[in-house]
Amino acid sequence: MNTPVLNETLDLAAQFPGLSADTRPGYSGWLVPAEKLTEFATFARDTLGYDLLSSVTAVDYLEQNLFEVVYHAYKTAGGPGLEFKVQIPRQDPASLPSVTPIWPGADFQEREAYDLFGIRFENHPDLRRILMWEGFEGYPMRKDWKEAFYEDETKPFKSRWPEGKHSLAETRAAFGDNVSFPAGFDPEKWTPTDPEELLYASLRKYSAEVKDGIKTDHVLVNMGPQHPSTHGVFRAVAMLDGETVVSLKPVMGYLHRNHEKIGERNTFLQNMPYTDRLDYFNSMYNNWGYSLAVEKLMGIVVPERAEYLRVIMGELSRIQNHLILFGMLWNDLGAYFTPALYAFEERELILDIFEAVSGTRMMCNYHRFGGVVRDVDAASLQKIKGLVFERLPRRVEEMNRLLSENEIFISRMKGIGYLSLEDSIAYSVTGPNLRAAGIPYDIRRAQPYGIYDRFEFDIPVRHNSDLLDRYLIRMDEIQQSLRILRQALQQLPEGPVLTGKPQYQVKVPAGEAYGRVEAPKGELGYYVVSNGKGNPYRYHIRTPSFVNITSLEKMCVGTKIADFVTILGMVDIVLGELDR
Amino acid sequence: MYGQGLLKGLSVTLKRFIATYTDDFKWWGKRYFNADGIAHRSSKDANGIFTVQYPEEKLPTPEEFRYVPFLVYDEGENGEKNIRCTSCGICAKACPPQCIWIVRSSDPNTGRPVPQPAEFYIDADICMNCGFCAEYCPFDAIKMDHDYEIASYGRNVLNKERLMKPASYYAQIRPLNNAREETARAEKAAAKAAKAQA
Amino acid sequence: MTPNELNSPGYDIPEDMKDVVAITTLDKIYNFGRRSSVWPMMFGLACCAIEMIAAQASRYDLARFGMEVMRPSPRQADLMLVAGTVTKKMVPSIVRLYNQMAEPKYVVAMGACASGGGPFKEGYNVVAGIDKFIPVDVYIPGCPPTPQALVYGLMKLQEKIDHQSIKQVRWYQKGPDSVETPVPFLGPDLIDPRRIPEIHAKAAELAAPAAAE
Repeated sequence: MNTPVLNETLDLAAQFPGLSADTRPGYSGWLVPAEKLTEFATFARDTLGYDLLSSVTAVDYLEQNLFEVVYHAYKTAGGPGLEFKVQIPRQDPASLPSVTPIWPGADFQEREAYDLFGIRFENHPDLRRILMWEGFEGYPMRKDWKEAFYEDETKPFKSRWPEGKHSLAETRAAFGDNVSFPAGFDPEKWTPTDPEELLYASLRKYSAEVKDGIKTDHVLVNMGPQHPSTHGVFRAVAMLDGETVVSLKPVMGYLHRNHEKIGERNTFLQNMPYTDRLDYFNSMYNNWGYSLAVEKLMGIVVPERAEYLRVIMGELSRIQNHLILFGMLWNDLGAYFTPALYAFEERELILDIFEAVSGTRMMCNYHRFGGVVRDVDAASLQKIKGLVFERLPRRVEEMNRLLSENEIFISRMKGIGYLSLEDSIAYSVTGPNLRAAGIPYDIRRAQPYGIYDRFEFDIPVRHNSDLLDRYLIRMDEIQQSLRILRQALQQLPEGPVLTGKPQYQVKVPAGEAYGRVEAPKGELGYYVVSNGKGNPYRYHIRTPSFVNITSLEKMCVGTKIADFVTILGMVDIVLGELDR
Repeated sequence: MYGQGLLKGLSVTLKRFIATYTDDFKWWGKRYFNADGIAHRSSKDANGIFTVQYPEEKLPTPEEFRYVPFLVYDEGENGEKNIRCTSCGICAKACPPQCIWIVRSSDPNTGRPVPQPAEFYIDADICMNCGFCAEYCPFDAIKMDHDYEIASYGRNVLNKERLMKPASYYAQIRPLNNAREETARAEKAAAKAAKAQA
Repeated sequence: MTPNELNSPGYDIPEDMKDVVAITTLDKIYNFGRRSSVWPMMFGLACCAIEMIAAQASRYDLARFGMEVMRPSPRQADLMLVAGTVTKKMVPSIVRLYNQMAEPKYVVAMGACASGGGPFKEGYNVVAGIDKFIPVDVYIPGCPPTPQALVYGLMKLQEKIDHQSIKQVRWYQKGPDSVETPVPFLGPDLIDPRRIPEIHAKAAELAAPAAAE
């Protein structure tokens, strides 16, 4: 068991004047003055070698009258990361320079900070709201912004016990529903500004070559949010020259369910079932990232058997995620619905195990702070062994035989959706897509969590960075997951599965923690700030889907519109974690 | 040869198609509508037809399966229903979406609280089936049900009467858990009796 | 439907003709045809969509009920299975799609989020149940409902269809062909056109004490 160190012990303050260490109790990292941010960011990327910017988020310190923007950067060579923060006074307008010119992957994350906190980023190429719609009143994640169904600052609410007469929240809200309008608002006289205006303006900022001397009109095509191939309520607006994409903007927020605001009202334990609903395919892994962050804050050690169970459940989750991806991808390509049915069959057997162990097929709620909620009984263990040793290798091999050499498939995937190695790092792509570009960066090796340093497994790498490689690397990853599972099942020790007594109100000391795990879709990070109370002060989730989508436009420009569907499929997004 | 990949793929689907019927021959008519058949089709040896034909065949729910909660009552000698809940409120505090409403009853004469719920509501349109209420109840009074056939034509706010189910039902759906809790309760009672005697 | 269910009571059909002749009512035939081929619209919003797809996959085959044709286009669908959380940003699209569906159309709210907001009810971008905008026929609680619970809910919808009568259904009454639900639009917050006077009154009320101060 190792507790990874977040920042290095080298004395950055001596190397870079103006920097100071963050000395608040429980905090770590460096404080950078706003005017030196661009200089420091360039220094960190070029001189120190932190080329992968993992997360950009904002925190509202209402009492200290500050906004704080927190950056986490890592080296693709592996190792602990660099955390630095910029504090700006909490006033309107609040602004600081954008790091997008240095790390283009910060694009959408800075837009999210603008949308939810109202912090402006200078020199950002396209600063508009991303999750809420243009015209929405207010900045929801600010501490003084109350939602329409607001009851109390934190849960549990006093209205539920001992005098808990049931009433619908609608009856208590000011406007009779989950809406709130500014005082004096007159809907009849209000003229709406077109919410799409800014979107189309940014869409038109492209330069397309004039072919054959003939100037042609470009067509604007809207795909989604109700679309059979967008894997959920995702919308993409594309500008087409014939069939070639010249400009493409993703629009999200159609499933923005306010995990972070609700997370601030929940207690630490109550957040655990909500994490299930982020990447709803891999609830076991989502739970793990969150419990990792809070266990870092609490400083508790997880028993051996629980660590092994976490690995077993996590790797099973990875296998079924990749199988589902194959099934859905083949649906998009037109082979509707046979490979998906084969994939779903294997997934059903894995879900049976999850159901027997945790209680539900998808929203497992299995991890607790200090271990897992209950042990695996002998019958389920036998089932897992049967799957891992006998059935899954055969069936995955069969799927490989079915699909991977199909000529139509190869002609549609080979050479399409290319993203160069430098661009992959710059756009903060993580997960199998980064490894398909040639960089063997896997958090299970680079900064191991749990007991991954005990297992022998390879990190598959491919170098063409096109769709075919991204597909084949996931096949390789399934094989490696099976390898880890075989070792874990053989080494599984006896023992307790939870440290301490089960408690529904945990005491978490003040501080911050960033728990990152290699989820099947990429790097999943939880940034949790606690001020000693029973609920998190700030709860931010860095999801792989949201950050991987930053590179979507770069991959799609120049390809045909039909290829956009497959490129989007191989980015492997899930709307639950993209919109949170 | 161009097209070899396609032919390989087609041979896999043909093999699966044939496997659908070879298993039928092996089992000779006893494959459907009985528990053995369902167990075979949910095991690692499942080959061919994978369908479990709901509603005639129902997949058995494992013991830990959780759906909407229910309140446990012990049946008294005269058929009275002794509800185990003492309205301590822990489930209402632990519930993440706060879908449990409890009114604690109080003695009409003295006004002091009585450990019985006067009213108990669970809004099943908010409940996220997480199981925290059952996990943290100190009196084994609220447990997660296995019954998933609760679709209806209107909204689902469950009151105390809808929620109450007998302890025999609980023993039937969760035998291992129930056995563990019964032994713990018996041990506690024995320890208390021993202390009272000493 | 077995021949016994199809036959109207009170008619005595001789044994040798039981497989050939059925005496039934027009309502029963009409409903039998409709309930055996309800075509759902592929409308998965969130996690419940995965259980909907799993219900359509090989283990809980929806094709046994005639529902395997999942059309993304609303014009070709009978049933809108709202599976997942309904957010304010998405609601205008949902109502527009509901308007575009041709009669007879049904709505099933699958999951806690579509029935009543679910665990995300207090979110600032969440609509507390799709029945605030469109009429819902069947509510299926659960988070997510297992595929078997979904199939049970769909069977309940089939029962509902069985009890409808040609004389009373909405689409055969006199009057306009279809009544469109007004599409909400996004302003400072979600505005439901049917509640505009109410919003105006309440907002004026909130402004009045501030002005009086």
